[in-house]
Amino acid sequence: MKEEQDYIRDIAEIRSMMERSTKFLSLSGWAGIMAGIYALAGAYVAYHFYAFNPDEIGYTSPNLIRIIFLAILVLILAIVTAIILSYGKANKRGENVWNATSRRLLANMTVPLLAGGILILLLYSEGLAGLMAPLTLLFYGLAIYNASKFTYDEMKFLGLTQIGLGLISSWFIAYSLLLWAIGFGVIHIIYGIYMHFRYER
Amino acid sequence: MKISIDDLHKAFESRVRLGIMSALAVNDTLDFTSLKEYLDVTDGNLASHLKTLEKEEFIGVEKTFIDRKPNTKYYMTEEGKKAFDEHLKVLEQIIKSQK
Repeated sequence: MKEEQDYIRDIAEIRSMMERSTKFLSLSGWAGIMAGIYALAGAYVAYHFYAFNPDEIGYTSPNLIRIIFLAILVLILAIVTAIILSYGKANKRGENVWNATSRRLLANMTVPLLAGGILILLLYSEGLAGLMAPLTLLFYGLAIYNASKFTYDEMKFLGLTQIGLGLISSWFIAYSLLLWAIGFGVIHIIYGIYMHFRYER
Repeated sequence: MKISIDDLHKAFESRVRLGIMSALAVNDTLDFTSLKEYLDVTDGNLASHLKTLEKEEFIGVEKTFIDRKPNTKYYMTEEGKKAFDEHLKVLEQIIKSQK
């Protein structure tokens, strides 16, 4: 005979299984904070050392290739940090980092990001480098929005914020580096802190 | 309608089977490996529980090949969904009535 608490536990387990099999909840707020710090550092280096400050769509600079590599470096650092921190958090929760849910989350992020990345390189080869910062914001926002179904609901608003900043900076290209630093830097740090206090304490 | 513990379906007595049904309730299909990861059970254990649910016709199987390797996907049947919803309702009632 089962006891009442067994039934309560049954329901709790049903809930937890439904959540675990649809949402990847081992993302760490610290990953957002660190990504924000890398982005601010990257934007500072681009502005200060490479004099990167696009003012029009046809912006050119002898340092463009270096700036692209700098952006890729920032991206890789952010991804590696997120993977390491998620790994730690997943272990603590007794969850596998590489499961069907995290694979789905990644697939949903990768498609918009790849499309955006290829578009940026194509535009760059046509001399339209001024859209680099706005388009990274826009496609990153689309990727996050698209993937938000498979993780914390708050990610949806993060995605929408980045999409908005991407569109605004496409219009005000002279401010695009500043808006990029706000989107990838400041917003990530704010979100990271919020997520940390909301879910990790 | 009086609800009693007898109304709980035998198929859902096992924790693993309840877990399988919960995961399939919110995913269109799941393959064997994914289910195994979520439930943290051995191949043989999972296979036997899946067989039981299949016999009840609560879940269906879809066999395909990916790179010539067999890939088995499971989904919840209409009947399975009905039984699972019913089970949830009974659980709820039992807890409520005991309060």
